[in-house]
Amino acid sequence: MPEHRARREAKKGWYALLLLQFVLALCVPFYNKVEPTLAGMPFFYWYQLLMILVGAVLTAVVYFATERQS
Amino acid sequence: MATINWTALAVFIALFAFITWLGFVAVRWRRGDLQQLNEWGLGGRRFGTLITWFLIGGDLYTAYTFIAVPALAFGAGAIAFFAVPYTIIVYPILFIVFPRLWCVAHRHGYITSADFVRGRFGNRWLALVITLTGIVATMPYIALQLVGLQVVIGAMGVIGEGWIGHAPLIVAFAILAAFTYSSGLRAPAAIAIVKDLLIFITVFAVIVVVPIKLGGYGAIFSAVSPQKLLLAPPPAGSTGAYGVYATLALGSALALLLYPHSLTAIFSASSAHAVRRNAAMLPAYSLVLGLLALLGFMAIAAGVGKLPEYAAGFKQFKANFAVPALLLQMFPSWFVGVAFSAIGIGALVPAAIMSIAAANLFTRNIYKEFLRPDCTHVQESQMAKWMSLIVKAGALIVIIFVPLQYAIDMQLLGGILIIQTLPSVIFGLYTRWFNSWALLIGWAVGIVIGTVVFVHADFKTTWQLTLAGYGLPGYTALYTLILNTAVAAVLTALFKALNLGSDRDETVASDYQPASALRATAG
Repeated sequence: MPEHRARREAKKGWYALLLLQFVLALCVPFYNKVEPTLAGMPFFYWYQLLMILVGAVLTAVVYFATERQS
Repeated sequence: MATINWTALAVFIALFAFITWLGFVAVRWRRGDLQQLNEWGLGGRRFGTLITWFLIGGDLYTAYTFIAVPALAFGAGAIAFFAVPYTIIVYPILFIVFPRLWCVAHRHGYITSADFVRGRFGNRWLALVITLTGIVATMPYIALQLVGLQVVIGAMGVIGEGWIGHAPLIVAFAILAAFTYSSGLRAPAAIAIVKDLLIFITVFAVIVVVPIKLGGYGAIFSAVSPQKLLLAPPPAGSTGAYGVYATLALGSALALLLYPHSLTAIFSASSAHAVRRNAAMLPAYSLVLGLLALLGFMAIAAGVGKLPEYAAGFKQFKANFAVPALLLQMFPSWFVGVAFSAIGIGALVPAAIMSIAAANLFTRNIYKEFLRPDCTHVQESQMAKWMSLIVKAGALIVIIFVPLQYAIDMQLLGGILIIQTLPSVIFGLYTRWFNSWALLIGWAVGIVIGTVVFVHADFKTTWQLTLAGYGLPGYTALYTLILNTAVAAVLTALFKALNLGSDRDETVASDYQPASALRATAG
């Protein structure tokens, strides 16, 4: 049973990666700027587009990590 | 504008004919007994990961989104990009919360969120208000899908006075109504695949071709005025546009998955794993949406707003004409036909799912619960089919007879309304602590205050909260949700202290876990 509880705790740890996405997506003052630009695109735009990819990767990581455990 | 673009129109009609055929033959796909509501309204809950991906994607990223988000970027600038963080945070929510809802719905045969609330709290009146909220919030959403269709039909030069002008829209909707009636959720699921392929082709062509023609992304962004390029820095003593942006994103994300059409698509998945996998795969659509928002800026850089040939279109459709004008300006007619079909078919998929979702709600939670408790499966399924027609006819009437602005306002209000079902549905998944009557009163407070604030703010979805002289402007839906939850919590505590009423729960803890997890616990 303690082993099972430890697994559940580990699962919760992985879920923190999901919460991280909220922080990355909603820290508006951090990304509301033009510089640095990427290929002519202001930071505001490429940062948010990049966060879509980061979010997808984080969710996939959590999926594989928690799926293996259960 | 006055002349009809025959090449584009021919491609458009050909693709429309193809999806019409597809919609009707979809009835044979993973064949089931369509006399069962579970089969007609949820495709038998047999869609695997990939089909669910197309279905949810086709459902959440609607034609209206594809027209309105770039239109907002075109008109208002950076604020339109809130759609990006919004769609980023939707998926962690989908990942954590909705597999639980899927499991309990699967175990008990629930078809709607109100079915779950009815089972969880044993209170038919709470289930009724969840049902009504869902139907009221969905109706204008269906109507707005028609706007997407209307804009592209108009952009091909098919414009007329009175009934002639509306004829193409009526024909498109009659087709939609017919295949939804006969094939149920299988039709939009099959068509969603075609729609998404067209959308992906269009978006990738645009983000490659248009920057080449306009001289790169640097040139595009430098055409955007500095006020539009970034959010305005907040004034002293206020969170200003930052707070608005973040709360719009968060509130919209919380509201989105509560819409009946989202739940219909989620419930039709074949397993909770399919739902979880989709949370990692659906951001592909977010990327498309983010790139689409940039189309608004491309339209600014291309200067389509000032070209005389598009003046009539902008006059009729306002900023919503930005994307069609950009496509007409940049691409040969045959490709314009493909792109417009993507938007037009993109209207039909969510409109079909929304009307099925509204029909499921009416049938399960009003007809069966209150009017004909002893109805057979066949009668239940037949009722839902009829309702799907009535709902679509209603949407068509709204678009033809009611000024467009009302439908847009109603859809904005819809977000504020639907979020009020969150405490019952989402908190209900995790705890039975809340009293159902307390939830009902919390819902009523949220609905009434939300509507009053929305109307008072001249039909704007933001409202300024002032705390100790500090201004916190934000999305009204989020503020009223907090109020709703607080009322429900305080009243629950009060009712418990007074030893008033306890609800009957037909679900047990294990209903919320996938079968594999149960085996792990047992072992």
